[in-house]
Amino acid sequence: MSDGQQKKTFVITRFDPDRDDAPRKQAYEIPVHPDWKVLDALNFIKDEIDATLSHRWSCRMAVCGSCGMMVDGEPRLTCKEALDQYGDTVDVAPLANFPVVRDLVIEADGFMEKLTSVKPWIIRAKELAVEEGPMRQSPGELEEFKQFSMCINCMLCYSACPVVANEPEFIGPAAIALGHRYSLDSRDEGAAERNEVFRGEGTVFSCSFANECSEVCPKHVDPAAAVNQAKLNAAIDWATSLVLSRGGSK
Amino acid sequence: MIEVTRHDIVIVGGGAAGLRAAIAACEIDSNASIALVSKVYPMRSHTVSAEGGAAAVARDDDNFEMHGYDTVKGSDFLGDQDVIKYFVEQAPRELTLLEHWGCPWSRNEDGTVATRAFGGMSTKRTWYATDKVGFHMLHALFQHSLRFDNIVRYDEHFATKLLVDGGVVRGVAALDIRSGIVRVVLGRAVIMATGGAGKIFPFTTNGNIKTGDGMALAYRAGVALKDMEFIQYHPTGLPGTGILITEATRGEGGYVINSEGERFLATRDYGVGTKAELGPRDMISRAIIQEIEAGRGISGPYGEYVHLDLRHLGEQKIVARLPMVREISKIYIGVDPVHEPIPIRPVVHYMMGGIDTDITAGTSLPGLYAAGECASASLNGSNRLGSNSLTECLVFGASAGQNAMAFARGSSEGSEQALRREGEEEAARIVALRGKQKGGEKLARIRADLHKAMESGCGVYRSAETMNETARTVAQLKGRYADVALEDSSAVFNTELVAALEMGNMLDVAEAVANSAASRDESRGAHTRRDMPNRDDQNFLYHTLCHFDPAGPRLGKKEVTLGHWEPEERKY
Repeated sequence: MSDGQQKKTFVITRFDPDRDDAPRKQAYEIPVHPDWKVLDALNFIKDEIDATLSHRWSCRMAVCGSCGMMVDGEPRLTCKEALDQYGDTVDVAPLANFPVVRDLVIEADGFMEKLTSVKPWIIRAKELAVEEGPMRQSPGELEEFKQFSMCINCMLCYSACPVVANEPEFIGPAAIALGHRYSLDSRDEGAAERNEVFRGEGTVFSCSFANECSEVCPKHVDPAAAVNQAKLNAAIDWATSLVLSRGGSK
Repeated sequence: MIEVTRHDIVIVGGGAAGLRAAIAACEIDSNASIALVSKVYPMRSHTVSAEGGAAAVARDDDNFEMHGYDTVKGSDFLGDQDVIKYFVEQAPRELTLLEHWGCPWSRNEDGTVATRAFGGMSTKRTWYATDKVGFHMLHALFQHSLRFDNIVRYDEHFATKLLVDGGVVRGVAALDIRSGIVRVVLGRAVIMATGGAGKIFPFTTNGNIKTGDGMALAYRAGVALKDMEFIQYHPTGLPGTGILITEATRGEGGYVINSEGERFLATRDYGVGTKAELGPRDMISRAIIQEIEAGRGISGPYGEYVHLDLRHLGEQKIVARLPMVREISKIYIGVDPVHEPIPIRPVVHYMMGGIDTDITAGTSLPGLYAAGECASASLNGSNRLGSNSLTECLVFGASAGQNAMAFARGSSEGSEQALRREGEEEAARIVALRGKQKGGEKLARIRADLHKAMESGCGVYRSAETMNETARTVAQLKGRYADVALEDSSAVFNTELVAALEMGNMLDVAEAVANSAASRDESRGAHTRRDMPNRDDQNFLYHTLCHFDPAGPRLGKKEVTLGHWEPEERKY
């Protein structure tokens, strides 16, 4: 390291359930490179100073969704965040609104269950045979749902969401966006089933329109828009079924 | 302390190949219990980083013969021709299934699936979803897999050993990373789908998880690793990070230019003929290195590079077809390709070699199957064509799932007592390694020295001297690894322990790469020797097999399946 190299101090939340009663902060002053992302600093600390630091990462190109953490209090993908936009001291903590497994590693099983609950797969009354070939879908039909299919499951939106903070069972922005993505897909016939899910407790009607999810989304998925649309669809679907059943028009 | 669970089959790896295998198994028997063991949550698998597309015949001006010929020629005639024929015939079916499962393929105006040009492919046959194809395929597969409740996921479980009883594979031992418990996950067949090992090199497109685990497990269990000398350098990686800039940039019309502004692939003789930027990866990577060596590179903080110029494509096309390239370039190198050329240089990307598999995805060990990058079915020979590998994950993932299920039905369960004992021994090994204080070596140093050795001996250009030196260094590193000291003794999410176990795998894979490379006295595909520049079909038209032996690797040969296309000089 050259003498003139810039240094930063990383104040990192540490927690090992085998040893600690509660999370604690640990500071590391390290030399930093001007090109580094926040993740590079964590990896430097892990390799050179303290091998006991635990964090998740893999692709380092903002697509695998592993390395979400709170950086100076905001949910961020650490592989995407340029270090030079931060001050001399950078605070790194595990994603908010999740149970912590250890250090910067959060428990993600709850998210996986929420994701599964919205049936994020193509539902059809009759499955197509592969011999029938690909279905047609116009570029316009693709555009309808494309944005909501860009979710990398990084869960930053759960950390930003004030509803998740108060109501941990809320299925949350990403899961709703992905369920809605399938309902919007011209190849899918499962909207009614998903609307039923969305009318349940702790789903779209719990959303308080804070819009925080869309602001922190690193992929510009705009889950808040998905939640709003899903809410409207679930309500219309419910009203329609009510009218139909009252009218006895079957 | 171990826990034992039982399933019909066990799949290790949750990327495209592993998920496709799991779905195939469910389609055969929706009551079968399918274990899916992955060291990360499946949607974190490295399939997610693939960008450009997946190949399958789709257009009227295309056919299986053309796709097959392109592939065998791309392989420098080291691909097995029965495997290639099977692959090209299955490919459209597999990509169609992905379509039915919701993959958002880009479309033509009439609603049919769009295809783009790719290196070494003689027509547009690469299906794409903008330039995030791996991401979309992985998420479509993963989300589709969620509908099958007979897939039992072991997320963040790191498989460390194949359990073999009576000469048949019966399951794996896997470290539950979160709890530190070792589980014995038993099944009557096992599928490896763990991806490649780019992380044995310093400069790679590969994510941190690509440490060759499945290759190493199979190797240590006595299955040969095949054609490990063939390491694919992708021509266009970002200097410094090695982040991939997709070949689709060239498929869509991008130029590669040197410091003099010259499109050297079109103007100079690098063997790619009129294909220019759409030549195969091995040739273009060599051309870039030669341009740099001739003084026509550009100097930067991370060494010499050349330019990938997309400016003439225009903003509209870049946004519509290559949005991720633009996003990545801006974030990771501060360049907007709409206005500036992208600095690029060749980077380790893919391993043609892997666990020796046949056309059924089976191996020499009864009950063990493998698919995807960790396997070598000999589709790719000595050089893979871009966009064949995502399709390969599906075609051979499906075969592996189907054939493993068939095997499991005819196979008995092993002796639980013996398997439990094996699991306990493995658990003891892991516990002994965890926080092991006795030793003088540091993990990060061993990794740095491995990186240096692999780059110097097994790079784009090789020679007998450098390869032998690398093989010797890797052997020494294995000795140093035995003396590694660790700091973290916690049972919970101990990533240092995982990294140490991964290092053991990387060293075994590196041993196979270096020794296989040193044994091939010719140049073919991605294996290019300065001291032996020509292909030698007389003596080397065969696959290299590398067998594990505690005393040092043993090398063997396996015939290449020919019969349809006569080997010829590879010139475009």
